[in-house]
Amino acid sequence: MAPIIKIEHLTYIYGEGMPDATRALDDISFEIERGEFLGVIGPTGCGKSTLITHFNGLNRPTSGRLLIDGEDMWADPRQIRKYRFKVGLVFQYPEYQLFEETVRKDIAFGPRNMGLPEEEIEKRVIEAARFCGLEEEMLDRSPFELSGGQKRRVAIAGVIAMRPEVLVLDEPAAGLDPEGREMILSQVRRYHKETGTTVVLVSHSMEDIAKYADRVLVLQAGKLAMLDTTANIFARAQELVEYGLSVPQVTKIFLGLRQMGVDVPVDVYTVKYARDVILKALAERGGAAHA
Amino acid sequence: MLKDITIGQHFPGDSVIHRMDPRAKLLLTIAYIVALFLGSNPIGLALSVLFLLVAYRVSGIPVRLVGKSLRPILPIILFTAMLNLFFVPGDPIFSWWIITITWQGLYNVMVLSVRIVCLIAGTSLLTYTTSPIVLTDALERLLRPFAKLHLPVHELAMMMTIALRFIPLLIEETDKIMSAQKARGAELDSGKLTDRIRALIPVLIPLFISAFRRADELAMAMECRCYHGGEGRTRLHQLHLGANDYLLTAICAVLFVVIGGSDLLWGMLG
Amino acid sequence: MKMDKSMIRAQQLVFRYTQEGRRALNGVSAEIKKGEFVAVLGANGCGKSTLAKHFNAILLPEEGEVFVEEYNTKDEEHLYDIRQRVGMVFQNPDNQIVATVVEEDVAFALENLGVPPDEMRERVDEAMEMAGIYKHRTKAPHKLSGGQKQRVAIAGVIAMRPDCLVMDESTAMLDPIGREKVMRTVERLNREFGITVVMITHYMEEAVRADRVIVMSGGHIEMEGTPKEVFRDSAKIRALKLDVPQAKELCDLLREAGVAVDEEIISAEECIQALAALLGKPAQPGCDVI
Repeated sequence: MAPIIKIEHLTYIYGEGMPDATRALDDISFEIERGEFLGVIGPTGCGKSTLITHFNGLNRPTSGRLLIDGEDMWADPRQIRKYRFKVGLVFQYPEYQLFEETVRKDIAFGPRNMGLPEEEIEKRVIEAARFCGLEEEMLDRSPFELSGGQKRRVAIAGVIAMRPEVLVLDEPAAGLDPEGREMILSQVRRYHKETGTTVVLVSHSMEDIAKYADRVLVLQAGKLAMLDTTANIFARAQELVEYGLSVPQVTKIFLGLRQMGVDVPVDVYTVKYARDVILKALAERGGAAHA
Repeated sequence: MLKDITIGQHFPGDSVIHRMDPRAKLLLTIAYIVALFLGSNPIGLALSVLFLLVAYRVSGIPVRLVGKSLRPILPIILFTAMLNLFFVPGDPIFSWWIITITWQGLYNVMVLSVRIVCLIAGTSLLTYTTSPIVLTDALERLLRPFAKLHLPVHELAMMMTIALRFIPLLIEETDKIMSAQKARGAELDSGKLTDRIRALIPVLIPLFISAFRRADELAMAMECRCYHGGEGRTRLHQLHLGANDYLLTAICAVLFVVIGGSDLLWGMLG
Repeated sequence: MKMDKSMIRAQQLVFRYTQEGRRALNGVSAEIKKGEFVAVLGANGCGKSTLAKHFNAILLPEEGEVFVEEYNTKDEEHLYDIRQRVGMVFQNPDNQIVATVVEEDVAFALENLGVPPDEMRERVDEAMEMAGIYKHRTKAPHKLSGGQKQRVAIAGVIAMRPDCLVMDESTAMLDPIGREKVMRTVERLNREFGITVVMITHYMEEAVRADRVIVMSGGHIEMEGTPKEVFRDSAKIRALKLDVPQAKELCDLLREAGVAVDEEIISAEECIQALAALLGKPAQPGCDVI
């Protein structure tokens, strides 16, 4: 089976032909596997947002090709709208796109644009709301009465209700408190697990990427700098730091230990793994430090 | 896309004209417009064009930019030119079927076109060489005496400043909201006119809500920084009229009087 | 530092946004000492922003009193004295910058206060230096990054020469680099210039860097103390819908597994030292944490 998204030599130039034209994306090629959870990281201004708006055809590549499900996306530009439904895109601070009188109507906006029959729309609204942890009684309230975190989940439900094959989220947890972050991201993970939907998560939070992603793509100044499994990416923590990215605090701790000459592995990026590594090292030393 | 819209047409530079006191520039521009209307004869117009050529040369602004600012009003110029060309009675130069072109008509067209071009080019020079914020400042200071008549001069200037600050932000925001709704399958740039207007609702509602939220937060931030209207306010940048300003203003004033008075001269010649 | 004198005193504050609404603040008493760096933590809706807005008379309490030095915030006559002493920076940098040029925005408060132009120039330059944005002084704010814009906002407040800076979730919308820059700026203002800082935040790593932490929940103060005291009880912190720093989480897990690690470890640096000691490397002072 073809990869769900295949990108070939994608280049995008802002303001082409103008004196201040900039190469936002520079000859990028990679594939997104069906059903994977891909993390995308990179410093601000590296082209992450430009890249993801290519996935659903909001931006058209200056050169190069995008294949969705093996089909060339721009083969017929008039058909571009169908890819909006195949690749669902949740922008940063998506709560600012809500406009309907009720939560129900707002979530239904996408499915209605798809031209689905009413009963199918209703079914999808309820299903999407459930995935996003919105109770049924909330559906008939105005989205503007809700809390920030709830609004955000309504907006995400609005994209999930289109049942896209790929769900792309740009900083879905930005600005939320720890509980809100945890809630949104674990709901995304549950949705990913239960439906097998491919998920692309763009985030500045290395802790979140480390916790949820199977593979990680690192963008740097419009170029693809790394693409590998999460463990392999965080094993190159020193390089990430040089790119101007932060690494999870636990990775920092292990980098610090190595700097002090302690022999620990480099690919530590979750707290549980860190504990196991330390316990193993202690056991090898004969358990001298045990209480 | 929306991002390409620029606000104002400031063309930064460091010429004598750029450095001139904005109040002087603003008043001179008004004087120039008055002179143009008083001196609508070949001598006056020739002097007006000459003045502009010199001024553009000194300021280092490429004259072709004037073409750009003329483009939107070109249809109006052409339309009035047509009316004048065909419907002004007088000595015919050319006559065919019902169309008659007269010397008087041709003269009117010339005067009219040159006058409009001078008007646009003259006012554009002001906006090219003066940033909108400085211009707002100059306007506030010139109008300050009217504040005594309860004209809300400071408030108007503050509104202009805030508008200048927030327009780029709101344009960016519109772009973002449009993308977000398109990502949910909204069709914003196709279909019948009525459909398109309806399709704007999902963009306009979030945009208004966001604008109100921003206004609310901005008001609070301004209060935190002790804002309480124009009373007792001082400014970081003081405007000073220097020797250059007086000299240039004097030269221009003399020239504008000549342009304005040229009708008398033209009358004597004719 | 003059940590004994009181900067802000809040006594038994009660506040509701609407008459029928629930109490956003329900009997909050707190004191901020001069020169202190206090972090305020709490889940969304716990009342921490509401409390902050009482510190410079943006909101007035329904019951109770707030004193900024000797002034009661209810005393309208001293409103500008209070606002000048306690400066406030908000979450969204775009919505608090008024002017279209950086230095003009920094001057905004001084223009309002009627400071003479010469003195104003000096204070504006000084404030821009302190916030590290002097080199951007002639730029348009919308051309700057989020972190830079937030530092412009800080400079705009610092220009008033306040005694206290209240940051109301001012790092929430920034990327990690911008956040760190803002954090360092604020720490510098606190240490070098003795400005009292009240930092409202969701980020535990920021709270750990404060002198004192106040944890709020449901409109009242739940915990209060040094970062070490507050984070000692991880379970309680989690019950208040907050996180603990990963360094602390790792040490907790190790302790559960029977390894003797100090309960008080909350920062990456301390954790490195402790683990290195456990693994047979003697402590080296001042190891570099990135």
